[in-house]
Amino acid sequence: MNAPVTNFDAVTVTVLPPVARFNLRIAPADLAVASKALDLSLPTRIGQGSQQGDRAAYCIGPDEWLLHAAEEEQQAIAAAFDKVRTETPHSLVVISDREVTIGISGPAAVDLLSVACPLDLSRIPVGGAKRTVFDYAQVTLIRDGEDAFRLEVWRSYVPHVQGLLDVATRELAAGL
Amino acid sequence: MLLIHCPYCDDTLPELEFAYAGEAHIARPADPSKLSDEEWRDFLFIRTNVKGVHAERWRHIHGCGRFFNALRDTVSDRFLTTYKAGEARPDVQTLEAAE
Ligand SMILES: [Zn+2]
Repeated sequence: MNAPVTNFDAVTVTVLPPVARFNLRIAPADLAVASKALDLSLPTRIGQGSQQGDRAAYCIGPDEWLLHAAEEEQQAIAAAFDKVRTETPHSLVVISDREVTIGISGPAAVDLLSVACPLDLSRIPVGGAKRTVFDYAQVTLIRDGEDAFRLEVWRSYVPHVQGLLDVATRELAAGL
Repeated sequence: MLLIHCPYCDDTLPELEFAYAGEAHIARPADPSKLSDEEWRDFLFIRTNVKGVHAERWRHIHGCGRFFNALRDTVSDRFLTTYKAGEARPDVQTLEAAE
């Protein structure tokens, strides 16, 4: 699954290697505790992200965060949150295998995403992320650069999303 | 496409991210067994179905996930305002005066 799906000069679509991925629900007042457990200060505004090395955190709801880390750190991070659970109630769910990450980069990345994503992509800041839809599939869209994005897609929707990306990439390549 | 302002995300986003969830400000009776069949029927099924300004629930289902309320004109389909769940219904006159 790690081979490039499709590419032409203006955009590359690739299935990215797996990462450790968590969904965190915690009261915003307790954010400092979560930041300490992850060793990364969590963003406070919906749509914002913060990164350091392999670790990243994206605020996707009033009390909800998406956390990323290197695959081999999954156990250690779960254990760090476990330690503070009695004092600071929260929910940390491992969702590493629930999603597949698709990388989309190149000058035509925004055009390609616009095929099925209704958001005004120019308003997503670099380093930020948003939960939204791609056609009918719910996805999390992460912006890594002006023309570099990652789409996190639930596994069962991947064939549909990939199919759309594939057709749209060929249309863009043909100049349609 | 309609653009809807989510009071939790504090952002105006495409309608496709949202789901409609019926009339707002309908409180579940505290003690249902005390109600007559007619009162229970009214709570379950009878809605105002206004022509004009309607207070209704929406959910930002493909975004932050939260339920919130909106005032929408059912004739023009225009959203007058949206506000967080639990807040009182804003006064239409005050809204119009502020515009
Ligand atoms: Zn929202």
